[in-house]
Amino acid sequence: MPIIVDRNTVLLVQGITGREGSYHTEVMLKYGTRIEAGTSPGKGGMNVSGVPVYNTVKEAIDKHPNINTSIVFVPAPFACDAVYEAIDAGIKRIVVITEGIPLHDELKLISYAKLKGVIIVGPNCPGVISPGERVKVGIMPERSFKPGYIGIVSRSGTLTYEISEALSLAGFGQSTVVGIGGDPITGLDFIDVVEMFFNDVDTRGVVVVGEIGGDAEERLASYIKSVGLRKPIIAFIAGKTAPPGKRMGHAGAIISMGMGSAESKIKAFESVGIPVASTPMQIVELARLKFRWGV
Amino acid sequence: MKLYEFEGKKIFSDFKIPVPRGGLASSVEEACLKALEVGFPCVVKAQVLVGGRGKAGGIRVAKSIDDVKAAASKMFSEGVKGVPVRKVLVEEAVNIVKEYYVSITVDRSVKSYVYLASLEGGVDIEEIAATKPEAIIRVYVDPLIGLRDFHVRRIVDALGFKGDLAKQFDGIVRALYDIMIRYDADLVEINPLALTDKGLLALDSKLTIDDNSLYRHPEFSETLKSDTRDLSPEEVLARDYGFSYVKLDGDIGIIGNGAGLTMASLDLIAHFGGKPANFLDIGGGARAERVKAALKLLLMDERVKAVFINVYGGITRCDEVARGIVEALSEFEVKKPISVRLVGNREEEGGRILKEAGISYFTNDEDAAKHAVKIAYGGV
Repeated sequence: MPIIVDRNTVLLVQGITGREGSYHTEVMLKYGTRIEAGTSPGKGGMNVSGVPVYNTVKEAIDKHPNINTSIVFVPAPFACDAVYEAIDAGIKRIVVITEGIPLHDELKLISYAKLKGVIIVGPNCPGVISPGERVKVGIMPERSFKPGYIGIVSRSGTLTYEISEALSLAGFGQSTVVGIGGDPITGLDFIDVVEMFFNDVDTRGVVVVGEIGGDAEERLASYIKSVGLRKPIIAFIAGKTAPPGKRMGHAGAIISMGMGSAESKIKAFESVGIPVASTPMQIVELARLKFRWGV
Repeated sequence: MKLYEFEGKKIFSDFKIPVPRGGLASSVEEACLKALEVGFPCVVKAQVLVGGRGKAGGIRVAKSIDDVKAAASKMFSEGVKGVPVRKVLVEEAVNIVKEYYVSITVDRSVKSYVYLASLEGGVDIEEIAATKPEAIIRVYVDPLIGLRDFHVRRIVDALGFKGDLAKQFDGIVRALYDIMIRYDADLVEINPLALTDKGLLALDSKLTIDDNSLYRHPEFSETLKSDTRDLSPEEVLARDYGFSYVKLDGDIGIIGNGAGLTMASLDLIAHFGGKPANFLDIGGGARAERVKAALKLLLMDERVKAVFINVYGGITRCDEVARGIVEALSEFEVKKPISVRLVGNREEEGGRILKEAGISYFTNDEDAAKHAVKIAYGGV
């Protein structure tokens, strides 16, 4: 079984009538994701690509009790409210695509979700895809992914597609690919996802795509130090040329006070036996070296 | 969004954090008038957002009106660390007995608010953080319960304040939290918080507002519309288009889609011996118009010798990107060599549009980056 999303995933789309929400509902359906309902306040009774729309999550869950996962496309000023609504209605897995959620709201939301035992992926993330089961809860392009045995976890979007496609073309398909999001505060972090991959029988090796800023990579390295490298991991870190103190797009990608530099992350990874590719394409060479179960 | 010292101090005053008496001036004459109001000695402080302002001559003590004139005219005419100075703050000089450090920010790994405080405040706080981390105390505030009396007691005790000073510091600690929440700040810092003969005084302010929250703070978003806030002309243009743009020291312009991919593009250029002139992320789903604007922005940058465009079409369509490139190159008079890497969504159409315009492109990012370095520094 892959992680987070699989063939048992039954999805609710929050913000289904918006531009992004309606477009990706169609694309996810085509890919194979089972979407039973959508919500959009005031738009109850409509349908989007044949998916019924409700005013509230409660109503959607009452009518479709099998729903167990939600994806949120709701605009930033209202996104937190949408996630609280899903948590309140008892949904335990929520993927938040929305970009630009205020930091303080995010902080409270993530703390609350943790208290309630709810898994949040994101915010500001491309979502999760499990190619072997043809389930996608996200916005990533299908072409980058093939079924296989590699778990990929990343803080970025396009760079993940890029690396996944290179691996797919080289014969390294994926069990699950998780974009945890580029904001300073995220629900799932590298450690959570790597731990899930370690416990997943279908995943034989892990690729971590990190970037400068924060200390998620350094913390993953100390986690590996304590539990051991239970499966081979290879990595790429973006932002080696970033000068200290400059923000590089992602709210997350900032180096300050000597923390979070590419150098410190690469050193941390290498010290626990995780080799770091010097270019995105070099990931393929590392995969050939480290993932030797035969392709 | 970073606030200037005077903006931060205005907020401090509103929240009863004591600051020195002073006034803001936009010209040398005004600075002199403010100095006469404040009295001598006074301090003239350039209002710029760069760090290390004091060491770069942006803070000067003045004992007479001539000193004020000299300091202010130097700041207004020369700027500080390459940044033009539009305003100076003229403040009373105070007798400092001791300097403390106190701030509140967000600890992203703990997912919590955190107070940082130290008995060793002042200009070297970053060095102390690096070499003597135990000299900085940390008190975490769970966002679900907010600031409580016990948090405040812990901070006050840790810095050893007693009596009236403890009472005053208690108020400052609470005010920092209130400001953090009220203004959606991601950092509120007082460094130094000075113990003077008049009690505690915030001698400087550092406030950063969370950009994602600006939509609900018209007081800041209105300011941003008319104020360039130390940005270069390119940065202002990029801001108007909503690009993430960072100017760097090199000479190869870089455009990518997605922050991670764009950073990786910079790294690739450096890997093959080039120097990136910038970081420019056009974001997801960019149409031709945006691509065109991004390319023009780099073409008008005199330092840029060549441009590397690295696009992986996920949501973004390659045909839109190609169209934007072709339009920018045909409309803009400055000709510079470009190296394009294009794969993904509608790659074939994009490729055809480029070919018809006589622009070659790559599908492999390493080949494209190597080519960019080659055309920038001679060759071909």
